[in-house]
Amino acid sequence: MSASWPTIRFTVNGESREVHAPPMKRLLDVLREDLHLTGTKEGCGEGECGSCSVRMNGELVNSCLVPVLQAEGADVQTVEGLALNGKLHPLQQAFLDCGGAQCGICTPGMLMAAAQLMERNPHPSMAEIREGLAGNLCRCTGFMRIFESVLAAATETAESVAKKAHRAG
Amino acid sequence: MSTTAKTRIVGAPVPRKEGADKLLGQARYVDDIEREGMWHGATVRSTIPRGLIRSIEFDRRIDWSEFAVVTAADVPGENQIQLIVADQPCLADGMVNHCDEAILLLAHPDKHKLREAVGAVRIEYDPLPPIFTIEESERQDQVVWGADNLLKSFVLEKGNVDSVWESAAHIVEGEYRTGAQEHLYIENNGVIAEWSAENGVTVWGSLQCPYYVHKTLIKIFDLPDEKVRVVQTETGGAFGGKEDYPSTLASHAALLAMKSGHPVKMVYDRMEDLAATTKRHPSRTRHRTALDKDGKLLAMEIDFATDGGAYATLSSTVLSRATLHAPGPYSCPNVRIRSKSWATNKVPYGAFRGFGAPQAIFALERHMDEIAAAMGIDPVELRRQNFLHDGDTTATEQVMREPVMMDQLLDRALRESDYYARRAQFARENPSSPVKRGMGIAAFYHGSGFTGSGERTLNSLAGVDVTPEGKVRVLVSNTEFGQGTNTVLTQIAAESIGLDYDDITMAAADTGMVPNSGPTVASRTVMVVGRLIERAGLQLLNMLREHGGLGAHFTREEFFAACERHRAAKGEVRSLVRYEAPPGIFWDDEKYHGEAYPSYAWSVHVAQVAVDTVTFSAEVEEFWAVQEVGRVLHPVLATGQIEGGIAQGIGYALYEKVILQNGHMANNQMTNYIIPTAEDVPPIHVFFEEIPFQHGGYGAKGIGELPHDGPAPAIVNAIKDATGVSFHSIPLLPEDLFAVFGAEQTVEEPATL
Repeated sequence: MSASWPTIRFTVNGESREVHAPPMKRLLDVLREDLHLTGTKEGCGEGECGSCSVRMNGELVNSCLVPVLQAEGADVQTVEGLALNGKLHPLQQAFLDCGGAQCGICTPGMLMAAAQLMERNPHPSMAEIREGLAGNLCRCTGFMRIFESVLAAATETAESVAKKAHRAG
Repeated sequence: MSTTAKTRIVGAPVPRKEGADKLLGQARYVDDIEREGMWHGATVRSTIPRGLIRSIEFDRRIDWSEFAVVTAADVPGENQIQLIVADQPCLADGMVNHCDEAILLLAHPDKHKLREAVGAVRIEYDPLPPIFTIEESERQDQVVWGADNLLKSFVLEKGNVDSVWESAAHIVEGEYRTGAQEHLYIENNGVIAEWSAENGVTVWGSLQCPYYVHKTLIKIFDLPDEKVRVVQTETGGAFGGKEDYPSTLASHAALLAMKSGHPVKMVYDRMEDLAATTKRHPSRTRHRTALDKDGKLLAMEIDFATDGGAYATLSSTVLSRATLHAPGPYSCPNVRIRSKSWATNKVPYGAFRGFGAPQAIFALERHMDEIAAAMGIDPVELRRQNFLHDGDTTATEQVMREPVMMDQLLDRALRESDYYARRAQFARENPSSPVKRGMGIAAFYHGSGFTGSGERTLNSLAGVDVTPEGKVRVLVSNTEFGQGTNTVLTQIAAESIGLDYDDITMAAADTGMVPNSGPTVASRTVMVVGRLIERAGLQLLNMLREHGGLGAHFTREEFFAACERHRAAKGEVRSLVRYEAPPGIFWDDEKYHGEAYPSYAWSVHVAQVAVDTVTFSAEVEEFWAVQEVGRVLHPVLATGQIEGGIAQGIGYALYEKVILQNGHMANNQMTNYIIPTAEDVPPIHVFFEEIPFQHGGYGAKGIGELPHDGPAPAIVNAIKDATGVSFHSIPLLPEDLFAVFGAEQTVEEPATL
């Protein structure tokens, strides 16, 4: 640690965090090395594969391309922030049921991309799913199981919303 | 028999065993692991393809006392990677034979200091002339390996090919080529190594075959077996790319650990992984085929060659599988195959899903379409009338004793894809459209398990045990890297013992803990090792009945009570079984004759492709895959294997090109080595026909490699159907299509002005 490094404050998965790091250190490395959130993976280091995808202020970003200084004051969500109270997020459950994860190394980034897609578009078409996940490379699945997982999660979410509406009604 | 009995867990889509950990971001890959006092390692590599190392100098601007430095002189044992032929040094010693060959290793506590240090090691060379192609190697422009550059050769003869040519109604010749292909697992190669005088070497890493790494480390360090321990960590994809390379990387990290006195982590970045590690062998195949007037095969003469790179590594076994897949799923009375693997001054080529078969099958299945075109017959019917059937013999004169259902697979593929109707529709639409569409087909088998006597030589040992804490563990050295080893072997153990899926755990793939059940390669895990686990489970029940008082029917509680009685009587509860070859298997390694594989998986692929004559891009629009892989033990995982293999096959055909400049990979980034994305992979329709294989785990045969064999020829056949242009090599990127269609258009242009 160096005295000349700035203190950078931001929120990760709802918790306020503070790190002392070189301002140009990659957000990916800060998450993995300083905050020990190793769920976010490095695949290429140049923004091609999407394995390091996290959400920052509601946008999907490649954390290997974000200098940590740029995260000052930001709200960051990583794969560790998806599950709630130990219960799998509907997307995680759907990936488990439909075979959306094989080797698992692209999975954290893929889940973040899928979460981003579904937040903006809760009922995406197949074309919209393909476009939404086009920045995330998977070498194992050929994507079919991943598409099916996202569709299943969308249906699941729609059903639970309908159930809630029914109960409320 | 177990293969036909009703099952509770086998065949059910249970959740992936380690799935939740992966989805929660909790699975621990090697780069997620830290060890106390850990340093980081880096590699100084050759910048020339061939030459003598004249000097190594260290720039004085760096304080080298902070670093551990390792050269070939630091290797305590043999400076060789142990695979098949011990020709590859762990660290170059006086001479380099390919670009990016490891010469010197550095370790430092701060990984950010390594890049500059690597650049501050100056190596001077006396360059020697390199060779880069199969042709340069076979002409012996330079002799760069052995006496004649020939890494391995095979000759396979059936009948008498020479007696046929004169009388044959048709003779069709063709030459076909395939390029290199990168695995592009999303997790790069990486390991952590520790060393101590007392405990020897321990390595944790992203790898397929713990005992392969073990075999090399005991020689590198001249240590007894028990002083080397290799542990697989969660592995982010492999596809063959982590079959042999981890032996080199583990040796490097362990040497640095010994020199520095610290644990050392070495995780490659993408550029280093792409430049320095193995790829699929480039190939050249020459076919000469004789047929009678009706299109019945009379003779096949096949010359197959691969570029093996600078060292022998796995080239001989890749060549073997290519040889045995070169004649395809066809019956032919006269066959001669001559195959050769040639040395060049390139990074050694290695294992990649399919292991030589995709190369040989690309050539044959393209050639079948060329034959059909030359004879003016339907490529589908040409295949149909030459398919192997029950009782026929292959090129090695292996009798097909298991049922062969290629006709049914073909019929189903045609039906599901609506093949003829679509072809007719495209034939109508293409003349007036700038986008030309076509349908292409490929038919093929993939031999399951090791070739010939391989499984007998491996002599795998596997089993199950029950710990004092009441955990039932599967004991195998077979590894999970996405394909589903953990899940399927757990299903098999649960089924055969009669417990629930959640009662079974996988022991870590740790050579200190599990027996050697062979490598995780060759589509062998479920068929061969799965069968061992099935037998081990049944043997465990017998043991518990004999020494634990277990009844014919039992509850979970009674099972564990019986385990404790057995433990009290015998000290442990452990059931290990060894491989037993199916009866009647005979293989002659000299003549390449006999039972080449214990069983075969069979498949027919159909591709619909659109070629845009304005942008010169070819796109797969839809894909159908029908296969018989024995019994399907997990429908979701099996479908995922097929889809994933097809996506890689599409990449092999249309996207993935390794560009070498003076023997160094020039496009060693994901930015310019392109794999199919979510927008490139078409809808893939997967259909299984199931014929349980009585010697496979619950009836399974191999599945993992099969789907990579068919897409490339099916796609290039579809391009021919769409455009009338025959391509004889892959990959076909837009620039490759432009080279043909662009030239045609230039000629045509004046006429249309």
